[in-house]
Amino acid sequence: MSDKQTQTQLAVIGSGPGGYAAAFLAADLGMDVTLIDTAPNPGGVCLYRGCIPSKALLHVAKLLSEAKEAKNWGISFSEPKIDLPRLREWKNSVVAQLTGGLGRLSKQRKVNFIRGKATFNDSQSLKINTVAGAAQKLIFQQAVLATGSHPVTLPGVPVDSPLVMDSSAALALETLPKSMLVVGGGYIGLELGTVYASLGTKVTVVEMLPGLLPGADRDLIAVLAKKLNSAFTEIMLETTVKNIRVKKNGVSVQFQTGNGTELKKDYEKVLIAVGRKPNSANLGLENTKVQTDEKWFVKVDAQRRTGDPAIFAIGDVAGEPMLAHKAAHEGRTAVEVIAGGKSVFEPRAIPAVVFTDPELAWCGLTESEAKKQKREVSVTRFPWAASGRAATLGRSDGLTKIIFDSQTERVLGVGIVGPGAGELISEAVLAVEMAAVAKDLELTIHPHPTLSETVMESAAMLFGTGTHIYRPKRKR
Amino acid sequence: MVKEIKLPEVGENVESGEIAKLLVSVGNVVDLEQPVLEFETDKAVVDVPSPYTGKITEIFVAVGDRVKIGDLLMKVETENMKSPVPVTEEEAVIPLTKAVEEFPAPEAGETLPGTEVVAAEKPQVSAAPEILREVAPASPSVRRFARELGVEIDYVSGSGPGGRITLDDVKAFTKLLVSGEKKPAGSGLFFETLPEFSRFGEIDTQPMSTVRKKTAEHLSYAWATIPHVTQFDKADITDLEKMRKQYSAAVENAGGKLTMTAILLKIVAAALKLFPQFNASVDMERKRIIFKKYFNIGVAVDTGRGLLVPVIRQVDRKNIRELSIELTALAEKARNRKLSPDDLQGGNFSVSNLGGIGGTYFTPVVNAPEVAVLGVSRSSMQPVYNDGQFQPKLMLPLSLSYDHRIIDGADAVRFLRWVVEALEKPFLILLAG
Repeated sequence: MSDKQTQTQLAVIGSGPGGYAAAFLAADLGMDVTLIDTAPNPGGVCLYRGCIPSKALLHVAKLLSEAKEAKNWGISFSEPKIDLPRLREWKNSVVAQLTGGLGRLSKQRKVNFIRGKATFNDSQSLKINTVAGAAQKLIFQQAVLATGSHPVTLPGVPVDSPLVMDSSAALALETLPKSMLVVGGGYIGLELGTVYASLGTKVTVVEMLPGLLPGADRDLIAVLAKKLNSAFTEIMLETTVKNIRVKKNGVSVQFQTGNGTELKKDYEKVLIAVGRKPNSANLGLENTKVQTDEKWFVKVDAQRRTGDPAIFAIGDVAGEPMLAHKAAHEGRTAVEVIAGGKSVFEPRAIPAVVFTDPELAWCGLTESEAKKQKREVSVTRFPWAASGRAATLGRSDGLTKIIFDSQTERVLGVGIVGPGAGELISEAVLAVEMAAVAKDLELTIHPHPTLSETVMESAAMLFGTGTHIYRPKRKR
Repeated sequence: MVKEIKLPEVGENVESGEIAKLLVSVGNVVDLEQPVLEFETDKAVVDVPSPYTGKITEIFVAVGDRVKIGDLLMKVETENMKSPVPVTEEEAVIPLTKAVEEFPAPEAGETLPGTEVVAAEKPQVSAAPEILREVAPASPSVRRFARELGVEIDYVSGSGPGGRITLDDVKAFTKLLVSGEKKPAGSGLFFETLPEFSRFGEIDTQPMSTVRKKTAEHLSYAWATIPHVTQFDKADITDLEKMRKQYSAAVENAGGKLTMTAILLKIVAAALKLFPQFNASVDMERKRIIFKKYFNIGVAVDTGRGLLVPVIRQVDRKNIRELSIELTALAEKARNRKLSPDDLQGGNFSVSNLGGIGGTYFTPVVNAPEVAVLGVSRSSMQPVYNDGQFQPKLMLPLSLSYDHRIIDGADAVRFLRWVVEALEKPFLILLAG
């Protein structure tokens, strides 16, 4: 018996932020598009089990921590009562609202959305096993692979226990443990740790490396670490997890610290957040000319074309950094190429945001990377203690730093730590992309009183002329 | 340690070339960046510098060898000879500056485009994020514009603050590229500084209209890139003119004007079928000729805005009456500014009839990427010696300019002769066209 067979101009496999951005643009450009995912609506990990639900919960965390701080300003609240099922329901309703909206946008664009799992038969066709249990063959002219990534598991760590969670399980918010160990000091671990800590869990973070959030500049991390040190029970650096044993009512974890000593501690639950791996297996890629590298990322060129001329790959499956906004941009690039454009993926800056409290955001060149490259840069740091707006928020712990090219004064990178850093970084991304120079930022009027002024003032500091900070230029 | 010297990238579209000269021999000690050989591409001779300090131990190429980018050229013994800059194996293929010496600097004191830049990065299959590489200071829209023009943004020098590259910088660079790479040396497409004319008398300065600007740029490009030759001939249209007059009323009733241009369109379409190299385009980048299986012909129209060349499609499938009607409508559209960009695209050959104004012969410019153009001048009564006596004949002067890169002189004569004969004996169109 032969399967049902249909044709499409463009098949997009995976409907996360990269996949649906690609599918929608393709439809807008007049292509006949089929979008394939097992979920009921587009959204992918980001909307169902990632960015969106975590941000909903982090908003709650922020509210709780501000309510606590209000005591210093003369306002006291009684201890919050946490109705976990209601909180879960609200978070789920946010997810449902957004994914449902994407489903409608998909229909309005006449994108053919198939719920199923696709594998490649060859370079022109897919086999789709639908969620409904049918099998069909889809012949495509071009395909965009946007299958994303999944959390890495640790060797020797049980995966079948509800006490050992990955990020998806942690976001499901089944129970509120009294204590929790977060394995991994990256952004996922710190964000989810912040959520659980604010809801009353005693959170411990363990990180193998000597610092949290590898990739970001240490002076920014220091500001965040100070706050996290009080929010979390403990942060263990340069410490590895030797093994995790699941007991009846908790887990027993054996650590090895940097100097070799071993210790053992008990927690009610463990969250494993040590990174993500691309979803490049079980896709039938071996039936195509698509190639993967040693980390299982699909190899792509600047246009996001794989080794197979008819197949493009975008998002997490196509390489670091694994970020939704990078995926969406890549998706649009790939579709523009498919539509005959000369587009390439060539960002000068991909913003990274950690939605902790305070938020940490950076883009473009970091100071440490500049050092590594032996590149001559000038760095300015504007402490938020000098920002009026920060003072009104009771948050003077932030920092806005800019990395300039010493010769041209061009903005090469920006790092911001402080409440709202994630929103503030966009101006910096634009500055880097537009090749703005320090004068451009300094001469752009920023509204007062806002945190965005810290960007302008930080730029003025290059000339020793920041208004709210006295740091005269060193004479040469 | 023994290191390899490979042929680095030397510029866009350069994949191979010849070894022109060896500048070192085995046993020589070379410094970092010291030229070790001269490499000759179709465009220029460039020095290949040593990426290391050390002693040449082996040379794998000889003068005259054809080599490709990445080919092994020499080996260098670098032990105990510290290079001033640490160089890793990956960096061994070091970038060369592009051969831009022939480009004049846009302004005195400014750096030459490309003299300080890393070589073009060809899209490589890799999963690594590419955001941390050295990047040209240009906004995303300017980068996209450059890419669409096929310009490597890294070679463009910026005029903005911090060397920022503007849209105009890219445009100016494109003009340099066109003039520097694609034009025979000597003739000037880039602009000489004009004298201050007001010193000599009263002047009135007007900005160029869009059409004028486009015409100027396009014709400069065509003139600079196409080696033009113009072939002249004349046709006896005494009989044809009688027929034209006889049928012009009928065509006029149908809404068209039966002109010599309309008749020529039909004849040229037939000629293009017989001489396919006139219905072609040259792709110098990929070294190939594109033959077209369709017959669209542009007709130069003099409008209030300047010269426009609307295109009549599938001329071979239309009769002269239909062509007359379409041509009349198109010319009308051109004069009323109603032409769409579509109307101006897709031509294979152009006809420019200046006979309505006068003149004998002229040398039309080929409308690139077409490869030939037929110029038509005013017909006049001339004595033609025939059967022992002079007879008055109505003679039509014709000028065929063609792209000598793909059309040989003999073919051009044959083509134009065929057109002349078809004008004299229109039955030829039915017979052979």
